[in-house]
Amino acid sequence: MPTVGHDRLRKEGPQKLTGTALYVDDIPVKGIWHGVTVRSSVAHAKIKGIRFLKGFPWRQAVVVTAKDIPGENCVHLIEDDQPLLADGITRHALEPVALIAHPDRATAYNALNFVEINYEPLPSVLDFEKSKKILKTFSIKKGDAKKAMKKAWKKVDTTFRVPHQEQAYIENNGMMAWFEPDGTLVLQGSLQCPYYIVKAMKPIFKLPEEKIRVIQAVTGGGFGGKEEYPNIISGHAALLAKKAKRPIKMIYDRHEDMSATTKRHPAVIKHKAGIDKKGRLVALDIDIVMDAGAYVTLSPVVLSRGILHASGPYECPNVNIHASIVQTNTPPNGAYRGFGAPQTLFAAELQWEKLADASKIDAVKLRERNLVKIGSELSTGQILKESVGLKKCVDTVLKRSRFTALRRDHDKWNKKKTSPTWRGVGFASVHHGSGFTGNGEVFLKSKASVTLTKSGRFVIETASSEIGQGSMSTLCQIVSDALGVPYEWVELEANDTSRVPDSGPTVASRTCMIVGGLLYRAAKQLKAAIEEKAKKIPTTPAVLKEVAKKLAGKKSVFRITTEYEKPADIEFDDTTYKGDAYGSYGYAAIAVDLEVDRTTYEIKLNKIWTAQDIGKAINPLIVEGQIIGGTTQALGWAVFEKPIYKNGVMQNAEFTNYIIPTALDTPPMDVVIIEEPYSRGPFGAKGVGEMPMDIPAPAVCAAIKQATGLFFPEIPVTPEMIAAGIARKG
Amino acid sequence: MKLLTARDEREALRLYKRYPEALPLAGGTDLMVGWNTGRLNGKTILDLSRLKDWARIRETPMGVWIGALATHTAIRVHPAVKSRFPLLAESSETIGGRQIQNQGTLGGNIANASPAGDTFPALAVYEAKIHTVSDAGRRVVPFSEIFAGVKQTTLQKGELIEGVELTTPSTEPCRQGFRKVGTRAAQAISKTVFAGLLWLNKDRTVDDIRLALGSVATSVRRLEHIETSLTGQKLDPKAITRALNLLSRDIHPIDDIRSTRDYRMLVSRNLITSFLNAR
Ligand SMILES: Cc1cc2nc3c(=O)[nH]c(=O)nc-3n(C[C@H](O)[C@H](O)[C@H](O)COP(=O)(O)OP(=O)(O)OC[C@H]3O[C@@H](n4cnc5c(N)ncnc54)[C@H](O)[C@@H]3O)c2cc1C
Repeated sequence: MPTVGHDRLRKEGPQKLTGTALYVDDIPVKGIWHGVTVRSSVAHAKIKGIRFLKGFPWRQAVVVTAKDIPGENCVHLIEDDQPLLADGITRHALEPVALIAHPDRATAYNALNFVEINYEPLPSVLDFEKSKKILKTFSIKKGDAKKAMKKAWKKVDTTFRVPHQEQAYIENNGMMAWFEPDGTLVLQGSLQCPYYIVKAMKPIFKLPEEKIRVIQAVTGGGFGGKEEYPNIISGHAALLAKKAKRPIKMIYDRHEDMSATTKRHPAVIKHKAGIDKKGRLVALDIDIVMDAGAYVTLSPVVLSRGILHASGPYECPNVNIHASIVQTNTPPNGAYRGFGAPQTLFAAELQWEKLADASKIDAVKLRERNLVKIGSELSTGQILKESVGLKKCVDTVLKRSRFTALRRDHDKWNKKKTSPTWRGVGFASVHHGSGFTGNGEVFLKSKASVTLTKSGRFVIETASSEIGQGSMSTLCQIVSDALGVPYEWVELEANDTSRVPDSGPTVASRTCMIVGGLLYRAAKQLKAAIEEKAKKIPTTPAVLKEVAKKLAGKKSVFRITTEYEKPADIEFDDTTYKGDAYGSYGYAAIAVDLEVDRTTYEIKLNKIWTAQDIGKAINPLIVEGQIIGGTTQALGWAVFEKPIYKNGVMQNAEFTNYIIPTALDTPPMDVVIIEEPYSRGPFGAKGVGEMPMDIPAPAVCAAIKQATGLFFPEIPVTPEMIAAGIARKG
Repeated sequence: MKLLTARDEREALRLYKRYPEALPLAGGTDLMVGWNTGRLNGKTILDLSRLKDWARIRETPMGVWIGALATHTAIRVHPAVKSRFPLLAESSETIGGRQIQNQGTLGGNIANASPAGDTFPALAVYEAKIHTVSDAGRRVVPFSEIFAGVKQTTLQKGELIEGVELTTPSTEPCRQGFRKVGTRAAQAISKTVFAGLLWLNKDRTVDDIRLALGSVATSVRRLEHIETSLTGQKLDPKAITRALNLLSRDIHPIDDIRSTRDYRMLVSRNLITSFLNAR
């Protein structure tokens, strides 16, 4: 019985539901000490000295500073510019300066009150729009945007701004570290990318890869926030473990996690667009600036995805885009669901409202004249050859939401003086490149295995992390169908680098599409090997065991490992930004219906309609969950989430005042899955995780525009902004 | 942290007298936040949860008695509260979310004395009486005199809130209104929160009016200037505008992490206007 295309019980569901799943802070370890982090309190300064004051029993504690680092003092990533512990200088507030471990957690925290850092202040840059320190730039050029803009029938020029966003996973960052008697460093914790940590620990501890073992504990969400940050907390826990000669646990509380760890990159996008008389997009001239924070982290890759999505899912013959990422003295920003695309798509989509105003042609109609289809050329010159379900998404949403009629109804309602609210419905459509950008997968050379154990169990071996997105079930469904065996027969090996190959990081919706693809191939080969021994795939465990014994021979398992192979017809040039930026794209459309209270200016989200082309829903319930969850996260970004900074320090680093939507703020959602299969994805699957995050914000702003007549090229749109806008209008 | 558990009222008062620095623990929804951040390390806690009598809600000939330990859920669903003091029931409905309502108490809400306590505007317009008790005896404090400032009450050393007495007004108001404006639909701290009662004479002039706003000053405010200005007047646009111009004498909102002074002022004004216009 095939399982692909059907909802199946989540592999890890029962443990999570019954509370037996062990998150890092739940795992009992004898003799473990608790580590805490001494952080700087100023944005930029020379550190003149660190004093450990009297009044605390320092003899019971272990203290680590930069000089205790056996190897390089750096957090290895794209650039090695970020120290693991600030040494002599701090480049952002809340930068780790020293570490303290104590047997008792509360005492460890109390120690922080007895540390004093002396600073000599240096000039700091806190506002990225004023920063002149450019860390990386990219450009895309196609046709002659300057000339085309001059000739355009109507043109608009808008500056869009989007803020930081906190991942707000349910479990904060946390990690345990210890050294085995043979010198192996073991790390276990909440994380997305175990092999990133292995690579990051190597230079710090001067250890070979075999002597570093990373185990994923059950992880309570990541959204990118546990992509690169765990490298830091791992390094810290391991340094303490080395000096204390015992296991160390570091668990951030919410305040520390929110104020000190990575966030979505804020961006300012100067967006010029021109259309001809037929409403066709003829020129785009876009300038993107993002805020890296104090160190490079993953910023260049975020910027890259940002620029590659900046022209939206539309044909345009003349495109000029420049993107840069600048340094500020604020905590570094990093990966967050969507990875640069939500920022630039916000501008690309909302600009249609301006074009509609300028041309007096409806914004949806304008889009419809420009949607990409098979054969279209993107800004990089990539020609779309297959799997383009954009129009289907758009048509589905327009029809199910009765978009045109709804807009008309709202206009009527808004004209009535007695209406208690103003109503609006807004639209947006996006594309999102599935998997790594450009040649990312080629460099990664990911591996994944499917094994048949001697006792007759099928076991998947990958370093892909279940972080709540349902990857365990999705991968098991792919493998069980490729093998032609029941779903229940397939299991996953623990995500432990001593047991699983490097299947690459759990990011960018690549787990299902890329790792799932590797596993699909491995399973097919395994099936062929079984059929060679047994004619057909066994239907009972007893027969399977027989075959397994034969296949395994002297070994305990029979293993098939596959490695990523670059498709011959996909070419991307990293230097010119020309070519096939992504093997395939997902597509989505959305309509957001809302109303604004005339007394309080509060926004009430009433209903969402969305259709998303993801190639194939391996497990439709999981996909729907991704779409509803991601949409909710994006709605939060659009109307609530506003990190407030003072001197480079987040002031509302707690859920009381950093407002994310509750269930009561989340509108009902009509979700339609569109399946335009991608020939290289397992069963046709491409990415799903990011589009729900990309698409809602511009639709919200468009809806607010219909409701109130106010155009906000920035988010979050708050009742305070609407009130001020209405007061201005008089 | 040291925990004292009182079996009954007498023991609670005795313990509180002996440990006047102890923090009474009712539902714990405010206290536990402090516990989480380490603010309560080394503090003494006086657990009141066994004082079952203090959780009662009782209808009396004059009105309703609400024990200090009555939860927001109990208040929100109580028939007598709902019919006779609907604004209190409505405000309890807006506190936190259901989980907080099941656990948090009216006494805790009052004793916590946050400027944003959501039951306060209702208690202010119903002119609640706070009953306190200590080893030395009982007191009745008008609600208008219970707060001394942000997070400060006029409770004395060793004194607990025993309950809240609500007296049914001699004539039924012809209009009652409550509205909370928070940061989101649930688990929200108020930006401004309003309660109002209105009595009109046969000739449509205002016989009596009581208005209150929370979150727009150091503690909840009765809008005395506006009330005085409207009493005896016809509720016409001119009278309303004249009264509303006095708003800045009654409230003093500020810019903070949740909202702005301007927004609070404007929305408070709108809330009063729509109440007066019955919209
Ligand atoms: C997530 C969340 C959401 C919330 N949302 C709201 C909201 O929307 N609106 C709102 O107004 N509040 C809100 N609160 C605050 C809190 O829930 C309320 O103030 C609640 O009524 C407090 O009651 P409690 O019994 O839990 O108080 P506790 O935490 O037990 O005590 C609060 C304070 O009162 C003292 N105290 C308690 N009982 C007595 C007594 N009988 N006599 C003397 N002193 C006493 C305690 O020592 C303590 O100082 C929220 C809290 C949380 C955690």
